[in-house]
Formats: sequence, structure tokens, C-alpha cells
Amino acid sequence: MMLAPLAVIVLALAAWELAARWELVADALSIEPFLIPAPSDIAEALWSDRELLAEDGWVTLREILLGFGLALVAGLTFATALHLSDTLRRAFYPLLVASQTVPIIVIAPILVVWFGFGITPKLVIIALICFFPITVNALDGLRSVDPDLIKLMRTLDASRLRTFMRGEAPSALPYAFSGAKVAVAVAVIGAVFGEWSGADSGLGHLMLQSSAQLETARLFAAVVVLSAFAIGLFGLLSLLERRVAWWGR
Amino acid sequence: MHKSQEAPVAEPHSISEPGTPNGGPAASVRALSHSFGELRVLDGVDLHVAPHEVLGVVGPSGCGKSTLLELVAGLREQSVGDISVGGATCAEDRLARCAYMPQRDLLLPWLSAIDNASLALRNRGERREAARRATAPLFERFGLAGFERARPAELSGGMRQRVAFLRTLMAGKPVLLLDEPFGGLDAITRGEMQEWLAGALAAEPRAVILVTHDVEEALYLSDRVAVLSARPGQLVAKLAVSGARARPRADAITTPEFARRRQHALAALKEGR
Repeated sequence: MMLAPLAVIVLALAAWELAARWELVADALSIEPFLIPAPSDIAEALWSDRELLAEDGWVTLREILLGFGLALVAGLTFATALHLSDTLRRAFYPLLVASQTVPIIVIAPILVVWFGFGITPKLVIIALICFFPITVNALDGLRSVDPDLIKLMRTLDASRLRTFMRGEAPSALPYAFSGAKVAVAVAVIGAVFGEWSGADSGLGHLMLQSSAQLETARLFAAVVVLSAFAIGLFGLLSLLERRVAWWGR
Repeated sequence: MHKSQEAPVAEPHSISEPGTPNGGPAASVRALSHSFGELRVLDGVDLHVAPHEVLGVVGPSGCGKSTLLELVAGLREQSVGDISVGGATCAEDRLARCAYMPQRDLLLPWLSAIDNASLALRNRGERREAARRATAPLFERFGLAGFERARPAELSGGMRQRVAFLRTLMAGKPVLLLDEPFGGLDAITRGEMQEWLAGALAAEPRAVILVTHDVEEALYLSDRVAVLSARPGQLVAKLAVSGARARPRADAITTPEFARRRQHALAALKEGR
């Protein structure tokens, strides 16, 4: 099952390596060799810069986890509130959608001006990016509950709270996981944006630094680590989903 | 995971009736009309059901049969008319006295069969083990032994409906409101389920309002049948049909008596269109 995608990756890497080492291609496309490092160069940078990557990687990972966690708590709470109150939903749902139209690229530098180079602006950016998919999916999940189930629970002596905890919340869980998986992937992007807007550490900051120093292999290595974060977190959520919300949709 | 495991439809042992029926109907509606905005769905309906009686309600789609059940259960407030269940007239009290079984089984997929069936007990605050212990004898009694721990996805449609009915029974309410309980099943399973339900009600008698579009089902399971017209649902006929439920279905539905009643009911339905 894992064989097919792995084979594609290996083939792509092999082709890339060949193209990078084979000067004919570089000459034909007029690319300076240092602009696109070969996979073997990137692998070497991953090893030789491992301490730097680990240190900055941990900074970025912390931002991602905290920002995502913030968005998760806020998003689920918000979705529950909007589900339980028609008034709130009518008032806030359009605003929720509108909030996504403001480009993060514009907000990020403003946040850095307000909060400085610390972790706060990054958390706000990541939380803002993650909030939307989590909330929308959780809300859709809550609304997907069969209204007959609610009626049934009422005749089975369930209070509103019990109906929510026993009926609606578990039904919405698979949807919430969908939203969380999307969110965790874009959280990585948010972290990088936040660091580009103003930081003195982290992988995003390292990328800018390496770019300025023409250390392209290190730059690509940082990207590889970031991708590993995204894939790893996504995979973790998928595993958790299978354990906790196995009943699907 | 073995899909669609089947348990034989066993004959339940009879037990003593829970509690004594007091005088007067278990549930009644008088001059009941209901509208959703401009749309009138029920018009001047008068019905009652005695404590251990099964009242079948048949009518074409959209005639307000499901709405009638929701109103009786107290899930909705009626536009016009009086509804009384066990003497209670306000919606909250009616809700406490009725158990509603919707068309689809709506078993919670993340709970086992026995946890689903004991839902009413859990909702009232009972601990899981105690609730399971209270519910287990019913599984035994109604031919579902061995399937207590099965997930709904592992059960066939007929078995899921049986678990759903046990859930309704375990709520311990005097009035059961069944909304086309076998509508989603194939004809053969439906026949088996009707016999199973007849046996279940013999063992655990309750006041039942059974809504169905299947005339034969109503005639077989009910003591009386009310026929509603097309929307807005009005009472077209009331038929007394008791006796069929006591016999095996194959015998009951082939008597001339049954055929006559079916003719009568179908004529009333046609008249109501």
C-alpha cells in the first residue's frame, strides 16, 4: 500500500539527482548549480546542520502545537455555541466566513508591530489560520445529526446536555477530525509566515537566513523538516481518529 | 467482522404485566388540528388508545401520521385541540410518559447493542454495568441472545429494529409510539418482524400507537385501526380488528375475515384521497 507513493518519490528524487549532477541539463536551462541543490546535497545539509535544524525545528514545532491547540479549543467551543444557539449562529457565521477573506500576509506584520518578536504573533497567526477549518467542519458535523435522533433522545429522558454529549458530539467527532487534519497542515504555513514577519529563531527564520547566505542546501533542508512536521502531525491525527472516531460519517 | 449475523426469531416467554392499568384511556386526542405555518396537516382528529391496546393508524404519505405521534409524545405543541397521556396534558409530562420509535433505527454506531438498548436507563443516571444487567434479560427473551456486545454495523436491518424496539421498551414508559418501524425492511423480514413484535407485545403489553402505510401490517398487529385521509389528515374510518395478533401471521392474514377487513380499510383509504 505504501509501495506506490514511495516508488514515485524515489523515482522523482533519482531523476532530480541525475539532472543536478548532469551538467548538460543545468547548462541547457541556464541554471546556476547552487540554486537547485541535488538531493544528496540536501541530505548532507540535513546531517551536517542537524543541531541547528533541531534547535530551530523545536521552536517552530512549539509554535505549531500551541497555535493549533489554541485554535482547537476556540474552534470547538465556538462551533458548539453556534450550534446550540440559533441567534449566535445567525449573527456570527457570516462573520466567521468573512474573517477568512483578510489575507494573513497583511495581518502578520501588523501583529509583529503590536506584539514584537516573541511567540505571541506566531500563535495568533497560526490560530487564525487553523480556526476556520476546525470550526466550519465541527459545526457541519453537529448539524449533520439526524433531527430524529434528537427527538428520540428527548423521549428517552435525556436532558439537553446529555443529548449533546451522547448524541451530537460523538456524531460530529469525525467531522471535527477532518477539520483538524486540514488545520494542522496549514498550521505549518502559518508558522513560517509568522517567522518571516519577524523572528530571531525557528525554521522560517532559518530559511530567510539561509536564502540570504545562498546556503540553498540548508534552505531546502529546513523545508524538508517542515514538510516532515506537516506529514507527521497529519499522520498522528489520522491514527488518533481511527482509535477515537472510528465510526466515520 | 461477520456482517449481518442473524438470530432466529424465537418465541418469547410471557411474563407478568408491569403494573396495573388504571381506568380510562392511556392516551387520547380530541379535536386535534395542527398546521406548520400555512400548511394544515391534521384536521379535527379524535382518537384514543386503552392501556394495553394497539391502535394502528394508516393513511397515505403526508397525511400527518408522523406529526400525530410527535404531538402525542409532547415533542411538539399542537395548534388546536386536546391531547392527554395517562392524565397528563402538558407537553413535558406527556414526554415523560411516551417512548418514541422513529422510522430509522437510529442506533448509535459507537455503542454496542446492549448499551443502545439501555440508553434510557443511562440517561436517567444509572451506571453502565447496572443498566446492562437490567437490559440483558430482554436480549435473552426476545431472541437476541449473544448479540449484546455487537455493534449496530454488524447487525442486519431486522436485528437493528429489534434492538431499537428493546430500547423503546426499556424506557419503561406506558405508551409506545411506533413510526413505521418496519418501513425500511424487505418484505420477508418485515413479516418476521411483525410476528416478533406481536410476541413481544404479548409478553410486555403496552399502549401502542402504530403508524404505518402498510394496511396488512396495521390489521395484523392492531386491536383497532384508524384510517386517515390525505393531507390535511382527517379521520375517515375506525375499524375493530382484534384477534389477528394472537395467531401466526401466515394463518391470520389468509382468513376471509382478514380479507374483508382489508377490503374495508383499502376502501376507506381510497375514499380519503
